[in-house]
Amino acid sequence: MTNSIPEIENADCIFIIGSNTSVAHPLIAYRIYRAKEKGAKIIVADPRKIQVTMVADVHVRQKLGSDVALLNGMMNVIISKNLHDTSFIEERTEGFDKLEETLRNYPPERASEITGVSVEDIEKMAVMFASSDKSTILYAMGITQHSHGVDNVKSLANLSMLTGKIGKESCGVNPLRGQNNVQGACDMGGLPNVYPAYQTVIDENNRKKFEDVWNAQLSPKVGFTIMEMMHGLEDGSIKGMMVLGENPLGSDPDTRHVKHALQQAEFLAVIDIFLTDTAKIADVVFPGASFAEKDGTFSNTERNVLRIRKAIDPPGDARPDWQIICDISTRFGLPMSYESPKEIFDEIALVTPSYAGLSYERLESGGIPWPCPSRDHPGTPILHKERFTRGKGLFHALEYRPPEELADEEFPMLLTTGRFFPHYHTGTMTRNSPTLDNEMPEGHIEIHPYDARDLGLTSGEDIRIVSRRGEVITKAIVTDVVEPGTIFMSFHFMEANANELTNPALDPICKIPEYKVCAVRVEKISSPSETEFKAAANA
Amino acid sequence: MDLSYVRTTCPYCGCGCEFLLETFDGKITSTVPSKSNRMNQGKLCIKGWNVHEFVQSPKRLKKPLVKKDGVLQEVSWDEALDFTATRLQEIKTKDGGDSMAFLTSAKCSNEENYLFQKFCRVGFGTNNIDHCARL
Repeated sequence: MTNSIPEIENADCIFIIGSNTSVAHPLIAYRIYRAKEKGAKIIVADPRKIQVTMVADVHVRQKLGSDVALLNGMMNVIISKNLHDTSFIEERTEGFDKLEETLRNYPPERASEITGVSVEDIEKMAVMFASSDKSTILYAMGITQHSHGVDNVKSLANLSMLTGKIGKESCGVNPLRGQNNVQGACDMGGLPNVYPAYQTVIDENNRKKFEDVWNAQLSPKVGFTIMEMMHGLEDGSIKGMMVLGENPLGSDPDTRHVKHALQQAEFLAVIDIFLTDTAKIADVVFPGASFAEKDGTFSNTERNVLRIRKAIDPPGDARPDWQIICDISTRFGLPMSYESPKEIFDEIALVTPSYAGLSYERLESGGIPWPCPSRDHPGTPILHKERFTRGKGLFHALEYRPPEELADEEFPMLLTTGRFFPHYHTGTMTRNSPTLDNEMPEGHIEIHPYDARDLGLTSGEDIRIVSRRGEVITKAIVTDVVEPGTIFMSFHFMEANANELTNPALDPICKIPEYKVCAVRVEKISSPSETEFKAAANA
Repeated sequence: MDLSYVRTTCPYCGCGCEFLLETFDGKITSTVPSKSNRMNQGKLCIKGWNVHEFVQSPKRLKKPLVKKDGVLQEVSWDEALDFTATRLQEIKTKDGGDSMAFLTSAKCSNEENYLFQKFCRVGFGTNNIDHCARL
């Protein structure tokens, strides 16, 4: 996030796009409700009638994957009504002329045609966002999980810069990250192209620095992303894989393909706290420790570095994951003799400029947001105040591109995916929590009453959903949360997982898969034996 | 009888709510939201309130497992570590470091992520490391 979470409640206008905030980030949704109470305008752009739409001043239901057209339409209105911030554009940005030229092709009438949102609503959103004093953007995977996810994010940055709503309190472009430490895993260089603190591996100076600190010879070549690793396992260029606390067999698109890929591995090692579906097919599984059983730090979505502290011992012979990595590395021939997570953190501060001023002593009194370059630096809750990381903010002139897979005769409906309130990701944690599991013990799809009528379905009935990649049988819940022609499903339930169906088409730049749109067919199950088969499979 | 409260950070979403784990004789008995944390201010969501349940699930892994004759079997730490170190060495020698791939974790700590990428980059001379940031 460019700004901190508490600032949200002082915004005058909150634009929520592609974030089911009350389900995925309940304590951020609470800030939205507080802001509403203080008089903020709330704009929600989401194809589903999610809970936060109940407090929305405007809710638009754009067609799946049409976000760039929607945002371009809003920006076209802002410029034609002269609501853009010319002095901010002049002083802080570049590339405005090109953007302006592209936006001419997106009058609200054309944007409306592409997105299915009315001209009136596009104008209303645009005026509301641009004319409020403090306008903030909140987004999540509804924006990123597309084959044009990078374009979507850049379009939001365009909107924020065009209106000068960045680098200021209660403004900014704020991705809400779905996992406790996805920010930290990126910060620590858990990516194929960067070392800790996003220092690129192809830069010779960076490489030399890390070769020196680590006393090692490092590769100048960008590595494989997850999906490329899976292809590598299939074509034989990858022979072995080590997985730390992840369940790619449940979380990656096109499960059937991922399983086939992992089975090709000559060696698969998994470190986890449960026997996940991925662990079940591993050659060796190490029992790790949960967050409650070890010391360490997590970096949250505001870039706040927070301590975790050991409360109890790990069960049985399980060990903290950091110790397991040290043990494996040492026996492999690369000795790692860290005494404690604190000692590891001190090395992190040494090589990670944005963490350089942080220490366990300082974090004792609470989280500190990076960048924190020195011991006397208070941390940085708001980014880009005086300048952007690259100097001037760059506008990107972007054209709308449709999703990779559209509905056709054979697969006439669209599937979109997300979370349900009591569950989380592949269910490894929440389905092992009796209270949460009781809230929703089995999966379902949401389908609109019109579609249910056409198919002759009643709510609660088992149905079959088929895509080009696979099929699942699950319960149908008839509801107008979704629009006609669209169904919604989660990936919490391994016995009926949306990822059997999802499309592994990737964004060309960041390689994110298109989880949010794929074409499917919904079939009524005629013979009772199929329902019995499902019951047996779940038993 | 040993009762204590340990302040820590929630492992679910990216909000970074803090709470106190109440422990009684080595078991977590409840979760109490932190009031002084400016993010959650004494509140938690349904997942946070029940966070101690999955930690103490009877299904937790308690021993290392190695696949023998197609079946995962409980083994000692020494056996699992030696087996792993040997297989990793074999792959590195035979096919080179670029034939290994590492998936690190958005659920694990910064310290663990740092060590894991260091093991990948230094131990194998490859940048084949990623995690489910995109998922």
